[in-house]
Amino acid sequence: MEQKITLRVDGKERTLTIDARTTLLDALRERLGVTSPKKGCDHGQCGACTVMLDGRRVTSCLVLAVANDGAEVVTAAGLAHGDDLHPVQRSFIAEDAFQCGYCTPGQIVSAVAMLREAEEGWPSVVSEDLDADRVVLDREEIAERMSGNLCRCAAYVNIVSAIEKVARS
Amino acid sequence: MTSVNETNEPSRRAVLKAGVGGLGAAMLPSMAEPAHAAGPATAPSAVGGGAAGGIGAALKRVEGPLKVRGAATYAFEWPVENPAYLYPLLSTIASGRITAVDAGDALAEPGVIGVLTHMNAPRLAWAEEPEVAVLQSDKVAYHGQIVGAVIADSIETARYAAGLVKLEYATEPVDVDLRADRDDLRKPEHAQGFGQLPGDLMNGSPADTTVGDFAAGMASAVHRVDATYTTPVQHHNPMEPHAAVATWTDDEITLYCGSQGVSTPQELLTRAFGLQPGRLRLISPYVGGAFGSKDFSALWGTVALMGAQLVPGRPVKLAFTRQQMFTLVGHRPASIQRVQLGADAAGKLVAISHDAVQETAKAKQYAEQTVQASRSMYAAPGRRTSTRIALLDVPVPTIMRGPGEATGMFALEPAMDELAVKLGMDPIELRLRNEPETHPETGQPFSSRHLAKCFEEGARRFGWKHRDKKPRARRKDGWLIGTGVAAATYPSPRLPGSTASARLDKNGRYTVRIAAADIGTGTWTTLAQIAAEALGVPLDRVTLQIGDSAYPRASSGGFSSGMNSWGTTIYAAARALHTALDENGGSVPPEGLQVTVGMPDDPKLKQYEFGSYGAQFAEVRVHEDTGEVRVPRLLGVFDVGRVINPVTARSQLLGGMTWGLSMTLHEETAIDHRYGNFVNNDLGGYHFAANADVGSIEVHMLGERDSHINPMGSKGAGEIGIIGTAAAIANAAYDATGIRVRDLPLTLDKLLR
Repeated sequence: MEQKITLRVDGKERTLTIDARTTLLDALRERLGVTSPKKGCDHGQCGACTVMLDGRRVTSCLVLAVANDGAEVVTAAGLAHGDDLHPVQRSFIAEDAFQCGYCTPGQIVSAVAMLREAEEGWPSVVSEDLDADRVVLDREEIAERMSGNLCRCAAYVNIVSAIEKVARS
Repeated sequence: MTSVNETNEPSRRAVLKAGVGGLGAAMLPSMAEPAHAAGPATAPSAVGGGAAGGIGAALKRVEGPLKVRGAATYAFEWPVENPAYLYPLLSTIASGRITAVDAGDALAEPGVIGVLTHMNAPRLAWAEEPEVAVLQSDKVAYHGQIVGAVIADSIETARYAAGLVKLEYATEPVDVDLRADRDDLRKPEHAQGFGQLPGDLMNGSPADTTVGDFAAGMASAVHRVDATYTTPVQHHNPMEPHAAVATWTDDEITLYCGSQGVSTPQELLTRAFGLQPGRLRLISPYVGGAFGSKDFSALWGTVALMGAQLVPGRPVKLAFTRQQMFTLVGHRPASIQRVQLGADAAGKLVAISHDAVQETAKAKQYAEQTVQASRSMYAAPGRRTSTRIALLDVPVPTIMRGPGEATGMFALEPAMDELAVKLGMDPIELRLRNEPETHPETGQPFSSRHLAKCFEEGARRFGWKHRDKKPRARRKDGWLIGTGVAAATYPSPRLPGSTASARLDKNGRYTVRIAAADIGTGTWTTLAQIAAEALGVPLDRVTLQIGDSAYPRASSGGFSSGMNSWGTTIYAAARALHTALDENGGSVPPEGLQVTVGMPDDPKLKQYEFGSYGAQFAEVRVHEDTGEVRVPRLLGVFDVGRVINPVTARSQLLGGMTWGLSMTLHEETAIDHRYGNFVNNDLGGYHFAANADVGSIEVHMLGERDSHINPMGSKGAGEIGIIGTAAAIANAAYDATGIRVRDLPLTLDKLLR
């Protein structure tokens, strides 16, 4: 079964006809050539495919493309404007917060969305005060909130540093 | 079928070229020049070290701007027109034969192009190597072996149709039981170089070694330890699944293939398919992690090429699923290790033995040098090591980060801690008292060995002297707190078989080519730094080209051998280019100057023992009620020789130490003894460290140059970080609780008493 859908991907409108079984991740990578989000597990267990879907971070391998006609998708590629990188991307380079780079686009999208969640006062499991208006992003909070994104090169210490620097600025 | 509205969209290829600035050419094979080593405009320049960007400069990764946008091209992402997709079908028995194949329903599915099984797959010219050859017979040697593949127009169709292929089997009894008391354990043979060479163990060393009289030493000892340690099956799980895109035409056979090296798999696949040398081109500039699992096994390349042969001219894309990776790309073999130590009253070792029993596959012997560190770490007059293997109905194990020593040092180093407790001696003092002056087995000098300095520096930074002498002495808020220490060592080998070219153009630009790999280690940056230093020019005048079998042959990246092997070769090429320039009167002809040279022989390689060293410190908290283990602090001090790039070297060591934490607390693949299958075969079931598992990790490098090993003075940094970490954590857990856990992983059930 196939259906025509339109997605807005990194600011560009893309229309395609897709198999109802196609995940958002495969639609992006195999149909639209948007390979910034990566396929690490296809089961929502690693976070490499993280994109922002209508402003929220999601694992795009667990989302069916056909169910998201009209959605706005932002990948790590869309966070940069040409050579002008997003502050989180610059910080990842400065702190050497990656090695092989495969989980990195997902980490970066996740970090950008997480910073917004914290700004909006969302608590995490390690937050002392669940009703606080403002979340202080210390290393423990950042590590907890970034634990949906696995990194097998294990750049975690540097990932936390990279995000902490952006959160403080 | 399906269609994409591209009316207002430039082609993928144009998008890729336009979107990535100066490094965009990296994504196209005809223009693969990613390492203009000065980097694109957005890359920060040197933040310290040599201003020219040579060895020692703390440079950011040159490919960083690509990776943070997701624009570095991994194997599955190479833009190809109208690809077909291949989905492998895996055996559901561990031992037996396929008796019937019914692909009718799969072939009837719209969009299915073909179904491959052993009945119709191309016959390979080299069908005996189980890590390369597939679909060559009806025999099933392990659960999760490739027994078929569906090729279709889409991923979804290929995967669905794979479920429609019906296979019948004649099963044989399954044996996956690793025990030290099996009566069929055997001495490994011909395991060197993955079975290519005659040495007993994978590193070419004998299975058994003896020096002096171990039994007499043990009999004379005042203090003795005799303990058995076990480690489970572990899986590499690089984030990028093993993937390949293959195109087979009369003119070219191209394989984009994530790999730890391009030359070795190119040669293996050339042999398997009986091709003319050079006909197959293998391209792999970026690899999404490997850790050993993308080194020798080339199954994904084999299957992709078989698919491409079926649809000549049409690219075939294949990526193993996470679940399939658990059986198709190797694992770290489980081990049972007995260590015996005997010491005199002053803590001097008089006897050391280390006996390892490991699991391997009936399909192929893999036997790693688990006992290797016990041969070199401490002085003792009476000593012996042995290695025995059990041949089981399991997938073929392979090298995994720190192969050999990573598991072996979980036996020797906790045993040393147990001995220190018996002696009532500080565990650092015990180790320093047993430092050997020369290699305890060979008698050869160490090219450099600064282990004592690592301990001294680490103890100072960690605050070791404040440690409580008794276990279970510190608690806070319900957590028992302990500290532990362990030594680390890993050889720094130089692998044979590398060649490099160096070229100088009329415009003064240098180009260095070598078919090396960057698996996340930083090769794109560090090899360019070495080239700049060797050529004696600033980094921005050097273009490095790696990751393509069209370049001069190189050994694969593994065993912490990359910089040593490739860097030495580049030095030789640089020297030859200088000579050529001198012979040409110092001027560059219009066509430029180019030399290609192999890695030179070096008599020193036979005169010294080469290795990296480290001291690992850990603070562990164990919850008194739940047994939960946390590792709030790790600190490592490492002797890795002269540091090529402190940024990427630190990341290597940091990653290695985090791997050590992960193997200690989390990693274990369970096998079902009834059916021979790995049970927890995904990232939900196989746990490795996530961000919140990791606390503070401090990495320090001594930076002492090794004057014998190579022109750079550098030793290996890729493996040493994982060595000894598990022991330091387990020793700290003992200090916290008084409970000695000798079986990895260190899960809470083992700490509840």
